[in-house]
Amino acid sequence: MLELDAITAGYERGAPVVRDAHLTVAAGEAVGLLGPSGCGKSTLARVAALLHRPDAGTVTLDGSRVTGWRHRAPRAQRTAIGVVFQQPRLSADPRLSLRDLIAEPLRATGRRDEAAARVRELSRTTGLGDDLLGRRPHEVSDGQLQRACLARALVLRPRWLVCDEMTAMLDASTTAALVAVVEAYRRESGAGLLAVGHDRVLLERWCDRTLRWDEVAAA
Amino acid sequence: MKRSAAVPRNARNALSAVGRSASEGSPPTPLLSVRGLSVRFRMRGGRHIAAVADADFDLAPGECLALVGESGCGKSVLASALLGLLPGNAQTAGSALLGDVDLLTADERTLARTVRGRRIGLVPQSPAAHLTPVRTVGAQLAETLRALTGTRKQDLDAAARAAAERAAFPVDHLDRYPHELSGGLAQRAATALALVGEAPLLLADEPTTGLDRDLVDRTVDELRRHVDEGHALLVITHDLAAAERVADRVAVMYAGRIVELADAACFFGTPGPRHPYARGLLNALPERAFTPIPGMPPELGDLPPGCAFAARCPYATDACAVRPAFTDGVACHHPPAEEPARA
Ligand code: SF4
Repeated sequence: MLELDAITAGYERGAPVVRDAHLTVAAGEAVGLLGPSGCGKSTLARVAALLHRPDAGTVTLDGSRVTGWRHRAPRAQRTAIGVVFQQPRLSADPRLSLRDLIAEPLRATGRRDEAAARVRELSRTTGLGDDLLGRRPHEVSDGQLQRACLARALVLRPRWLVCDEMTAMLDASTTAALVAVVEAYRRESGAGLLAVGHDRVLLERWCDRTLRWDEVAAA
Repeated sequence: MKRSAAVPRNARNALSAVGRSASEGSPPTPLLSVRGLSVRFRMRGGRHIAAVADADFDLAPGECLALVGESGCGKSVLASALLGLLPGNAQTAGSALLGDVDLLTADERTLARTVRGRRIGLVPQSPAAHLTPVRTVGAQLAETLRALTGTRKQDLDAAARAAAERAAFPVDHLDRYPHELSGGLAQRAATALALVGEAPLLLADEPTTGLDRDLVDRTVDELRRHVDEGHALLVITHDLAAAERVADRVAVMYAGRIVELADAACFFGTPGPRHPYARGLLNALPERAFTPIPGMPPELGDLPPGCAFAARCPYATDACAVRPAFTDGVACHHPPAEEPARA
């Protein structure tokens, strides 16, 4: 279970962008979080992904209370969550080839020897051919780069996925393809999903249940 | 799919019929006439990338054409070509006549002085980036008015208010800076600027990217209002729902070519799209089958000699090793028969 309880979070003292948010995702469940841009949903997604420390409230991951965020999060918790953001160009190191980009979390956790096999497997599921794996971010399209970022999010076989506007920049076919990759992974692994977005039709089609921002957080 | 455009489609057709000639067979006088437009980029090592090949279309006053396709299909390059904003390594062929000016061969001085802003108003992709951050919206409108219309100093205030009102930008926000505006208001401010020069042709490049659905609807409804007032509008977008809401006709681009050009009501309703790629794109929508087209588009620098969609196409045959000509609104050797009505 991924539980967010009474979360208040922001970037400036006294000006929280998320107030008193409550959200629970059961193991294996897919929950959509729907809200307009600027409402704070991305900040809440970062809290859930252990990337942003909240000012108040608790996050509980599979029964253990989270006490550290970012590099202060214990490795076992950090690696239990895969994250995909809206803008692949902002989150991808421009110096790495897509192959290294995907494998990077394995290297960072000392599992370098698994990299080749795992990248091969993920490149198949995400549809990235050998030629594309050798290129750097500026040499591929947004859709291709987002496929690589999704592969990276899956490389450690996380029990949880947080997708923050993963497809907002993409065309209909690439959107459907990426959602299909996420769903195939979830079927095989039983991972839970928090999908944050502004497209109601998409989230309702994708997720088991979809919550509006005003049902989750205080105004 | 939800259909609740600001203007009912039949009323819209009646309107655009005004732009079209009354008698069948004699086409309306287009405002913009594009023929054989091609753009190639010369790359290092003498390679070429064919970003746009042989685009043909017309656009009449009071009409909206949506150019749809995924990122990298060439639609933004086509827009840049019309604005004369291609990078130095681009080579163009064909023609794009806007009245008596060929946008592809006109010199920069003509484009800057008489075309951009005056004959073509650009509604930009990211309005926040398009607006000058250190000046208020009112000051930017006044400056653009002075530059494009020669409005006298003492009349600028009133003219700026009128320009804001035309784009539904609230006049009590004219003293705000761009970063103080919501996404929707920034979009309206940018639209107000695009309308200042009374350009007959509006070109909107991905005007709804990153906007929430409500804001998408409002933005395209406002654009539609300007079409109904007589502007011609070319919308470039990957957002099919936005295209459906605003357009009279749809052009689908794939790998640098227009592969289908169709009436919007037929395309989004029945009988539906005719080109297999266009059909796949619509079927990928979450409100439809939500099924992706297998594979990815080919590289523009490495196109197959035949149909560029063949590797992904369920209808491909040996005939498709030859590039299909664009005839009767579609570039395909085997346009599939009408799709059975969807449940
Ligand atoms: S020409 Fe052939 S490969 Fe191309 S879209 Fe038509 S049927 Fe498919």
